[in-house]
Amino acid sequence: MIRLERRPQPSPIWSMATPLVAVLATMIAGGLLFAALGKNPVEAIRTIFWDPLFGEFAFYYRPQLLVKGAPLVLIAIGLSLGFRAGVWNIGAEGQYIMGAICGAGAGLAFYPTESVLIFPLMVLAGGLGGWAWAMIPAVLKTRFGTNEILVSLMLVYVAEQFLASVSLGLLKNPEGFGFPGSRNLQSWDSAHNAELIAGSGLHWGVVAALIAVIFAYVLLNRHMLGYHIRLSGEAPRAARFAGVNPNRLVLFCLGLSGALAGLAGMFEVSGPSGQISIDFNVGYGFTAIIVAFLGRLHAFGILLAGGLMALTYIGGDIAQSNMGLPSAAIQVFQGMLLFFLLALDLLTNFRIRIGQPEVA
Amino acid sequence: MTQPLLSLQGLTKAYPGVVANDAVSFDIGAGEVHALLGENGAGKSTLVKMIYGLVKPDSGRMVLRGQAYAPSEPRQARADGIAMVFQHFSLFDALNVSENIALGMENPPPMRDLAERIRAVSETYGLPLDPFRTVGDLSAGERQRVEIIRCLLQDPKLLIMDEPTSVLTPQEVDILFQTLQKLRAEGTSILYISHKLEEIRTLCDHATILRLGRNVGECIPAETSARDMAEMMVGTALQTPARADRDLGPVALEISDLSVPAPSAFGTALKAVNLSVRKGEILGIGGVAGNGQDELLSVLSGETPTAAAAVQMHGEAIGHLGPVARRHLGLLAAPEERLGHAAAPDMSLTENAMLTAAARKGLVQKGFLKWGLATEFAEKVIASFDVRTPGPQNAARSLSGGNLQKFVIGREVLQQPDVLVVNQPTWGVDAAAAAAIRQSLLDLAAAGAAIVCISQDLDELMEIADRFAALNEGRLTAPRPTAGLSVDEIGLMMGGAHGMEVAHV
Repeated sequence: MIRLERRPQPSPIWSMATPLVAVLATMIAGGLLFAALGKNPVEAIRTIFWDPLFGEFAFYYRPQLLVKGAPLVLIAIGLSLGFRAGVWNIGAEGQYIMGAICGAGAGLAFYPTESVLIFPLMVLAGGLGGWAWAMIPAVLKTRFGTNEILVSLMLVYVAEQFLASVSLGLLKNPEGFGFPGSRNLQSWDSAHNAELIAGSGLHWGVVAALIAVIFAYVLLNRHMLGYHIRLSGEAPRAARFAGVNPNRLVLFCLGLSGALAGLAGMFEVSGPSGQISIDFNVGYGFTAIIVAFLGRLHAFGILLAGGLMALTYIGGDIAQSNMGLPSAAIQVFQGMLLFFLLALDLLTNFRIRIGQPEVA
Repeated sequence: MTQPLLSLQGLTKAYPGVVANDAVSFDIGAGEVHALLGENGAGKSTLVKMIYGLVKPDSGRMVLRGQAYAPSEPRQARADGIAMVFQHFSLFDALNVSENIALGMENPPPMRDLAERIRAVSETYGLPLDPFRTVGDLSAGERQRVEIIRCLLQDPKLLIMDEPTSVLTPQEVDILFQTLQKLRAEGTSILYISHKLEEIRTLCDHATILRLGRNVGECIPAETSARDMAEMMVGTALQTPARADRDLGPVALEISDLSVPAPSAFGTALKAVNLSVRKGEILGIGGVAGNGQDELLSVLSGETPTAAAAVQMHGEAIGHLGPVARRHLGLLAAPEERLGHAAAPDMSLTENAMLTAAARKGLVQKGFLKWGLATEFAEKVIASFDVRTPGPQNAARSLSGGNLQKFVIGREVLQQPDVLVVNQPTWGVDAAAAAAIRQSLLDLAAAGAAIVCISQDLDELMEIADRFAALNEGRLTAPRPTAGLSVDEIGLMMGGAHGMEVAHV
């Protein structure tokens, strides 16, 4: 008989070790899955985890890690603050889209002027766009007590419709031969979020993500506001007793996570993606939720988790094209990672006992 | 002596790290009221859980009416004629009395018959109760009657009662005792768990005293003094808090004509509350649980903002201020619920020190936290209030209730408040720790602080308070000096016996 016994306090060792154990368990279970599909499991795992970093074509894949990882980390950092406080922003994807539209729109209003002020203006507009989109669930929650999970999630689909609309109308490239989508910002120097070091993948979004990581770490561990965020998540009544205004905290957490998601969208549209188009968003806003939990809602953990997630994306692509693995298998593999993480998370607060069951 | 009803022989139960019961043996005679005495953590609950089939003993055996008895689950215990009234009621607020009772039965009879039986039992035993009232509207005393009647319908041979009087007014205690005496006269045995010694002396025929899981002695309560029993319980001589003469200063805190609507469907509205406390004074506020104690505390702590002028400190209107602003002014509070309200369970003691001490102890500068100072402050609380823990890095929930309570009270007292509001400062705390907490409140008052002590423990209030007022359904009575106040008068201030209008027994 196996049973779980609550630990008197969370085990610090397990809280560090569970992500590693979860990655190992995913490799084993994923390997079995690939074997069942008739592929060589060792080769598949190596293709996913090793080749992008150290394989023959790593010089091409390594910059991709930064490009894919930066928006994930930037969004996940914002989400993690809310999740710590018990404020569940599920709509980062929508805020990401709105940030991209506002950022690109603010820039394109000045096309084709060349000025050093245009890019900072776009950054500001992108952040504000995401912030404003996140304020909708925040205000509805604080005013009318609506559920922020549902409202923020539904606003993702509104944002997607809005994206399609501006790609076909307001922001459509007048010289685009009727194709949907805006002008390509990559070919306009003032608005281009170019690589800071050529060939490295390092663009302003990566810098912003690193700053966000440090900012979140200092906020949570050294600042009163961060302390209030953690307190609200762990014991809402104690937080009120400590003097936290729950409504202001909801506004702050949703606003900040929206602004960061908006920034991620803006850096993406002005850099790697280049233009607003109907299929601009690729799910970073949702994957960032996994990244936030994989990183244990801890700033540096999220940095590592974002890197790991980007790795499975890129490695998964390589495995698809080189080994012919179905894309669904790669998605299952990524899902397993979250599954094992959440399941093993139990070990932080409980220990497993094998023996006589105890009544009551 | 004739054959005992239930005989416990060498019952032992160990949990990881602690032996809850160590070879406990005693007999409960038929038709006897047997008291089980002991401090918190002495192993009383574990012992009765074994009798009731909730916990299996590691070793030892029980003999019921001459036959081996080893219940594997409560249902079997009930079938053998053992019933239990728990300290915490398991009732559904939204259902009525008979529906609640039917839920606990194996084969409930039709609702009308059940209501008849409930009426019959409630009349026989003098427990007034209308079977069709909604439980959410009942007082704590009436809820307890629901639980007792639920047990009596099974016609038990042994009734176990866990701290039954902690939620009752003195008049309600009288009614309960009459019922229990009637049951005894009919031959039902009662195992009565309590740490209130005077009650045991009036009610019980025999007492077994547990300390640290062992049976440390038995006595005939009527022939033993309360002090002797207390010393058997604690194992050392008891220290009675010393009460120094104090000079009362000007009024420090005043509430005038304050009404607050109920925060939730089953909360209590405060109605036209007036109170004032002077510097150096302890105002005791009694009352049965759920009569507005939590609401009053949150009005004073600043969690529930009110009209500015309704709460005044040193003549300054502060009703609109939040908890942090009030702490800056020197008004501190310690709520009843330790885990989740006064402290965050999963946070360390250092982080919990930050919870209320940030403002007054300078633990925060321009929004940035000084963890070093917070750790120092937590260590100071741990040292001066004898909190048993390996250190301030431990989570609040790893502490026992009494130790955490000492930490919570110590955290506020060491901030040198001008006014301190505490709710149930010694609830669930062992006698030695309770004495230490009371002493610290008295010392604080002697140093010139005004203290509002909300408590359901009347003995505690009589011991430390200068004046006494009672909360009853959200109304506060006019305070009276505690010196010379009789138990009857206190009971009437607390509203007498709830639901007595239907009782003519």
